[in-house]
Amino acid sequence: MKKYLSFFRLRFVMNLQYRVAALAGVVCQFFWGGMAILAFYAFYQTDPASFPMDFQATASYIWLQQGLLAMLSLIGGTDGQVFEAIQSGNVVYELCRPVSLYAMWFSNNVASRIARALLRFIPVVIVSSCLPAPFGLMAPPDAGTFFLFLLSLALALLVTAAFSLVVYNVTFFTISDRGVRLISTSLSDFLMGGIVPLPFFPEGFRQFAELLPFSCMENVPLRVYSGDLSGAPMVRAILLQVMWLFLLVLIGKALEHKALKRVVVQGG
Amino acid sequence: MIEVSHLRKTFRVARRDEGFGNAVKALFHREYEEIHALNDISFSIGEGEMVGYIGPNGAGKSSTIKVLSGVLTPDGGECRVDGRVPWKQRVKHVAQIGVVFGQRSQLWWDVPVVDSFELLRDIYKIPEATYRKNVRDLTELLDLRELLRTPTRQLSLGQRMRCEIAASLLHSPKILFLDEPTIGLDAVSKLAVRDFVKRLNQEHKTTVILTTHDMQDIEALASRVILIGKGKILLDGTLDDIRKGNEQIDETIAHLYKQYDI
Ligand SMILES: Nc1ncnc2c1ncn2[C@@H]1O[C@H](COP(=O)(O)OP(=O)(O)OP(=O)(O)O)[C@@H](O)[C@H]1O
Ligand SMILES: [Mg+2]
Repeated sequence: MKKYLSFFRLRFVMNLQYRVAALAGVVCQFFWGGMAILAFYAFYQTDPASFPMDFQATASYIWLQQGLLAMLSLIGGTDGQVFEAIQSGNVVYELCRPVSLYAMWFSNNVASRIARALLRFIPVVIVSSCLPAPFGLMAPPDAGTFFLFLLSLALALLVTAAFSLVVYNVTFFTISDRGVRLISTSLSDFLMGGIVPLPFFPEGFRQFAELLPFSCMENVPLRVYSGDLSGAPMVRAILLQVMWLFLLVLIGKALEHKALKRVVVQGG
Repeated sequence: MIEVSHLRKTFRVARRDEGFGNAVKALFHREYEEIHALNDISFSIGEGEMVGYIGPNGAGKSSTIKVLSGVLTPDGGECRVDGRVPWKQRVKHVAQIGVVFGQRSQLWWDVPVVDSFELLRDIYKIPEATYRKNVRDLTELLDLRELLRTPTRQLSLGQRMRCEIAASLLHSPKILFLDEPTIGLDAVSKLAVRDFVKRLNQEHKTTVILTTHDMQDIEALASRVILIGKGKILLDGTLDDIRKGNEQIDETIAHLYKQYDI
């Protein structure tokens, strides 16, 4: 266990070095968040009755999404290094270590997500909670909700990391990461509620999307926070997160097992 | 200590002729060529031996090292290192060996070398006292003092290689695989690395397999030489067996390659 914590620590420190990138990211995220909220506001004003979420909750969803982007987007951050290691064959050195490749990549992945998000999250939260009423980040309804938010956020982080690990291991077979990456990011961006929150999806399709692993990523914590997702549906959503976490870890590990047997480390 | 018998590995390599038309054709129909990287390889190496593994480009040297270090599963044949089958017991196996691939880096790129060392200490669960002693000895012998606090990406090739070799020895492995460890080193570093490997072998009885294209490495280090070409072992003996009269070592080897048509 200690070795994986060491990976975590080193990766964490490495990511904290990228302060300039984080600053640029924050500026960009304010801009996007503001634009998105204005667009939703225009939509809200034309017909408040058909708006499926509370407006304040929608604004909070968007600000949290921007603040946590580096933590909860599927591919990005330091993932490029893993793809590069697989393509160039530098993965031999990782295979020469007495560690489980899966556990090592998983702890690296989670560490970079947390480190990168920390740098961006704080400024976004501070500024957005100072904005006037329906446009800013609201406080959660009560302490219990906030606790559930943290729990579902942790699960969302693990589900997202487990999904990236599946993508990593598929790359062992396809060698080029472009295809897998393109498909998984475009699908996930939409289906996890990255473009519009899931409640805005049409009936029928929404119920289907809610069963997919993507809905267990940012969708759950961001809606739990504002109280938009509560009671029995929330419990179901959190249980689904746990289930997909298990399944994705199993799939990732099975793929890796197969990959290590069959796959050839690139280069001489 | 190392027993290899009838090892085989075939790679399927996609080939196409040059040109746009052929690239489009390759989209629909791939032509594969089978390359027998390892074609019935057998040898055995005893404890404390130092063996030079030589052969022309593409002969199968790196592939053999990969099989021995558990990162490549062969198609056939057997291999035991210290009683372990490397690719079947990868995690247990790699804890006991040290590997350097000269063309690659095992140090974490963005952090000072010493951070990489500390991570390796945790990975291999090296006791603190042993770790300190090894770092002290290696720093001295490979002249690393100035380098330890520098991020890896700011080291020159030769400086990095010395750190790489140190990194592969922190856990005091009994077996060391060196795949082109002297690539890109200047005369001084080369001599330092050679001296160091020699001492390691003499003082700690570490078993060493070394591949290289620098015949002076072989001359300085290896009492035994295995020659491989096109995936087959062609010769297994001492340098003196190979050498005729007082030819330069490079010429001897060139003759040998010609003679075997590899
Ligand atoms: N990942 C791979 N995929 C396909 N073929 C490979 C792969 N790695 C090696 N080969 C092939 O296997 C053969 C042996 O390669 P290997 O890397 O073992 O040679 P080598 O003896 O180390 O050569 P060099 O001295 O150039 O390093 C070569 O013909 C090469 O084309
Ligand atoms: Mg090679």
